[in-house]
Amino acid sequence: MSTLEIKDLHVSIETEQGTKEILKGVSLTIKTGETHAIMGPNGSGKSTLASTIAGHPRYTVTSGTITLDGEDVLEMSVDERARAGVFLAMQYPVEVPGVTMTNFLRTAKTAIDGEAPALRTWTKDVKAAMQQLRIDADFAQRNVNEGFSGGEKKRVEILQLELFKPKFAILDETDSGLDVDALKVVSEGVNRAHEEGNMGTLLITHYTRILRYIKPDFVHVFVDGKVVEEGGPELADRLEEEGYDRYAPGAGVAVAPAVQA
Amino acid sequence: MTDITTEKARIGAPSAQPFINGFTEEGENLSPVNTGTNTSTTSEQPSAGPLGGASAKSHSHGGGVGIPDSSRAGRLTSYKLADFKPLNGLEEDWRFTPLKRLRGLHTEVLNGAAPAVSVTAPAGVVVETVGRDDQRIGQAAIPEDLVSANAWENFAEATVVTVPAELQAESEVSVLITGAGEAPSAQHIVIVAERFSKAVVVLDHQGSAVVSENVEIIVEDGAELTVVSLQEWADNAVHASSQQAKIGRDAKFKHIVVSLGGDLVRVTPSTRFTAPGADVEMFGLYFADAGQHLEQRLFVDHAVANCKSRVLYKGALQGRNAHSVWVGDVLIRKEAEGTDTYEANRNLVLTDGARADSVPNLEIETGLIEGAGHASATGRFDDEHLFYLMARGIPEKVARRLVVRGFLNEIIQQIKVPAIEERLTAAVERELAATDN
Ligand SMILES: Nc1ncnc2c1ncn2[C@@H]1O[C@H](COP(=O)(O)OP(=O)(O)O)[C@@H](O)[C@H]1O
Ligand SMILES: [Mg+2]
Repeated sequence: MSTLEIKDLHVSIETEQGTKEILKGVSLTIKTGETHAIMGPNGSGKSTLASTIAGHPRYTVTSGTITLDGEDVLEMSVDERARAGVFLAMQYPVEVPGVTMTNFLRTAKTAIDGEAPALRTWTKDVKAAMQQLRIDADFAQRNVNEGFSGGEKKRVEILQLELFKPKFAILDETDSGLDVDALKVVSEGVNRAHEEGNMGTLLITHYTRILRYIKPDFVHVFVDGKVVEEGGPELADRLEEEGYDRYAPGAGVAVAPAVQA
Repeated sequence: MTDITTEKARIGAPSAQPFINGFTEEGENLSPVNTGTNTSTTSEQPSAGPLGGASAKSHSHGGGVGIPDSSRAGRLTSYKLADFKPLNGLEEDWRFTPLKRLRGLHTEVLNGAAPAVSVTAPAGVVVETVGRDDQRIGQAAIPEDLVSANAWENFAEATVVTVPAELQAESEVSVLITGAGEAPSAQHIVIVAERFSKAVVVLDHQGSAVVSENVEIIVEDGAELTVVSLQEWADNAVHASSQQAKIGRDAKFKHIVVSLGGDLVRVTPSTRFTAPGADVEMFGLYFADAGQHLEQRLFVDHAVANCKSRVLYKGALQGRNAHSVWVGDVLIRKEAEGTDTYEANRNLVLTDGARADSVPNLEIETGLIEGAGHASATGRFDDEHLFYLMARGIPEKVARRLVVRGFLNEIIQQIKVPAIEERLTAAVERELAATDN
């Protein structure tokens, strides 16, 4: 059982206009076996939260903490965080020149496990995982994400999730840009990873659609760099009906102060 | 890869703009190396690719020896140094080369001690050292530029390597060329693969030298020859190498240029088809680090029908003022019906401050061909790539290595001499390690 704990996180970025605060005090605790959905409008800071947990150098933590089983995540380099068990499925996975998927997957697995995987079983595992995610076998020989469609990139992110077996998966809008079939395939992948019983998930999404396939235990509504409301799956249903409008500044409904679960 | 545009040649548009994105930050049309300052011509064609053929041409007036540089076929060739005008650096074929760093190869009499040649050859291969009047000299090559002509006029003796007819050489011929000092010098090498022979010849350049070299290569009918030219010079070396091959009927020729070491290395390989049915592959690998100038200008002359050529050069660049130049001239003459050709150059820029110039030129004088194409792409390994790999647990150094090794390996594995492949893999690792900072 592991715990990823985010406490009063403030994050800013440097822009041409100067420093801009994006996360304004985020607190969140995720435990193994739990699925937390973070829902919020575009620009509310969801990707910022995801990238900050993974350690993207663009984001500066000005205050607050992130710990994994008590270890200070903010002290770790990007690769150390991944090896500690944090996995970020990116909203926009980049194309990496010169590196085949096969080579990349094996190198990453070796780095994460601290030893090279047994070749026979590894090859078999990769093949099986690719098949389940309906990724063509010839992708193995292609360069990482190079020329992949948006949907293919997302499937490849989930492929890595299944192969690397992280303690915590952060899925940044993995559902965006997927058609219904792809959405199902990807959701099944996430659910399989969950069923192995050693993973907690932070599912970031703009829409409620994916929540039909991946059932969240908790829903956090994210607006303007903060969690403004928290609840169970029923909160997602409400969002589906009402949208984010009622959280907008000036909208008649008062924003409930976030209550830490 | 970010910032990639790949363009296939359009038939009938020999000077199609090879538009390469990602170079705007270093984007002037005229190479500044020989002009001191950026001239006003820079803004002439703001919308054209900075590396474009047409824009290139618009700057080449006043250069060369009055030949129209619109066609590679029109370039002056001569054994006589005096036939070439002194260089001013604005010539089409010198515009990227920093002449100041040629250390006299274009202005001095090349009478310094030539690099020492020592050849290790398998049984049957004949190695000779001959004088200037040997019959075989001048059979395959004629200087295409002043620096090559300067070497031709000044070399004292030549090394001739002959693979006799039908001999299947059982191991590679290793020609070790070791720099003998920094006085400007001239070198001459002749490689003859006689009918139906098969061999691999490695020209292994090492040490310190300031040298202009002419390599003549004859691939007779039905022969199968691989020539690997390794430039692993010391940091201060200056090397200009014209490597011209004459290809016979149904011959197979593979040429591999690997430039890693030296201050300025400029290799100009040409292959000329003289009879139908031949097949040429030209590969190149370069790794330019801080301050290095590595230039490769190749020419494939499809002068006869039904020949095939494939060109792939790949370069990595890292460090301030690392500069690579790749110019690929492919000419399909009117007679060359049934030609099948494709050339590509790919660069991987690993750090800021490095510059890759890439200019494919495909001239097509007949429509009756199998296929013709070119591609040029320059990608940047940036923080986002690094973040992606590191977010998968891969440490930074391993990540860089992974990318560069994967990228260059495609060329290394063409060599097919295991010992050299291993040596180059190690050399690439050293290049990477050298700039870990
Ligand atoms: N390069 C940038 N320059 C300026 N502002 C940025 C930049 N990148 C992101 N932001 C701002 O940061 C805020 C949060 O962005 P992001 O975390 O991507 O939100 P989300 O993922 O919820 O859509 C937005 O207001 C966005 O405009
Ligand atoms: Mg986002």
